[in-house]
Amino acid sequence: MHLFGLFFRSSIGRKILMAVTGLILIGFVIGHLVGNLQVFQDPDHLNGYAQFLRQLGPWLWVARLVLIVSVVIHIWAATALTLENNRARGPEPYGVKYTIRATLASRSMRLTGYVVLAFVLYHLAHFTWGAVSRESYKDNLELYTMQNDYRFAGMPVVKAGAEVHDVHEMVILGFQSPVVSLFYIVAVGLLSFHLLHGFDSLFQTFGLRSSRWSGCLRKVTVLFCLVYFLGNLAIPGAVLIGSLRPHTARVAVSGR
Amino acid sequence: MVAANTTQPLSITLRVWRQADARQPGKFVEYQAKDLSPNMSFLEMLDVVNDQLTGKGEDPIAFAHDCREGICGTCSCTINGKPHGPGKGVATCQIYMRAFRDGDVVTVEPFRAAAFPVVKDLITDRSAFDKIQSAGGFITVRAGSAPEANGMPVPKPDADLAMDAATCIGCGACVAACKNASAMLFVAAKVSHLGLMPQGQAERDRRVLAMVGTMDELGFGNCTNYYECSAACPKLISHDFIARMNRDFLTASFRTSFKPESAGASGGAA
Repeated sequence: MHLFGLFFRSSIGRKILMAVTGLILIGFVIGHLVGNLQVFQDPDHLNGYAQFLRQLGPWLWVARLVLIVSVVIHIWAATALTLENNRARGPEPYGVKYTIRATLASRSMRLTGYVVLAFVLYHLAHFTWGAVSRESYKDNLELYTMQNDYRFAGMPVVKAGAEVHDVHEMVILGFQSPVVSLFYIVAVGLLSFHLLHGFDSLFQTFGLRSSRWSGCLRKVTVLFCLVYFLGNLAIPGAVLIGSLRPHTARVAVSGR
Repeated sequence: MVAANTTQPLSITLRVWRQADARQPGKFVEYQAKDLSPNMSFLEMLDVVNDQLTGKGEDPIAFAHDCREGICGTCSCTINGKPHGPGKGVATCQIYMRAFRDGDVVTVEPFRAAAFPVVKDLITDRSAFDKIQSAGGFITVRAGSAPEANGMPVPKPDADLAMDAATCIGCGACVAACKNASAMLFVAAKVSHLGLMPQGQAERDRRVLAMVGTMDELGFGNCTNYYECSAACPKLISHDFIARMNRDFLTASFRTSFKPESAGASGGAA
């Protein structure tokens, strides 16, 4: 079997694909969170950052393509492996079902995966496509005039005075709906739970995990998932308790 | 669990999987096992029940057993949902009736896996493991008198780790315990115990690819890192060996895909 076959057809090969794509997606969600936490700074930051991403042009599409391919392979491998696993038990299930030590996170990967997928689609519809909550979508808000230069890695990438989309406003208006905010919080909670098994599993799949440091790895995993969840909780949480408010009086009224 | 030194007899209700052969459907049948010595083994208890069944002219419960001292890997019952029953690091034959309480209902099933079809009652056909083993679980060496012991130096930590893997008795509890019926722990143990030794290096890549390929073909499931296998293993073989096999497989995949081949077989250099 050649390399392609070894990765796409063998049991361990598809596990490695799960791990590689999982790692790419973990890298993305970390970057995504760090970028979005700029909402706590003045609107220049998040709006400048959003404009900077738009200016990447074709490179933005390269990044998107990598993410889309990763998601597709991750879901395809999970589905193919799960179907095989269901067949492997044989014609008769156990009369008594018993779990010795498999964690709840590991046993609910499929379920948390489904919810995360549904959430990702909603999240794209909300902030990228503007298919839901249209009244607060960036195209329907007044353009924002940059007060200062936005710097990325020390370089001024968006100049002061530039007219850009008011993403800062869109995020805050979007999270003023408690239903939307709670859905986000539950979904990122389940994503953190998904990573509670996924994060240290990928070390096992790459063969980098052993009992010499698995205890340490477990603690790092739990800490990572907790920090990731709290970071994500902060944005809708701050809007719900009123510490993050729209910066223009006009939309504060229509924001509800 | 009653006290270890008790002599108080106990009675249990057995729910045993009865299945005439692979083609016929099976079902649970209840039997009363009365006045059992707490110090008899689980398999001795089944012997007593079978004596009574035979006396009544009924078909005795078929179960696999051989050495009854935990080293052969033949016994294979799933007791109350756990392969090899309530103990830790022991096979079914090393489970004693003192592990149960008077009046307990004890469910006994065969190991459940598509690759381990039921032969009769609690006996499964585990020859799938032999097929995996014969795909690469060996080394090609001169078979003759024992070689000089110190002729090939092996670091002590490597020898110890290889021995941990080599304690695998091939019982199949890892498959039975895995929620995906995966054979990864068995294959990992066999791949690792040879892969850790200098004698196993020549066929290391070929071994891991062939054994994993055969495992896949036989219809075992895939690993999702539940670590149920190592918890159920009567030899407590660590799932660290699975990580080791994953790395071996990854390395072997790349190495065999890019390794130059000798032109000798096709009659000389091109």
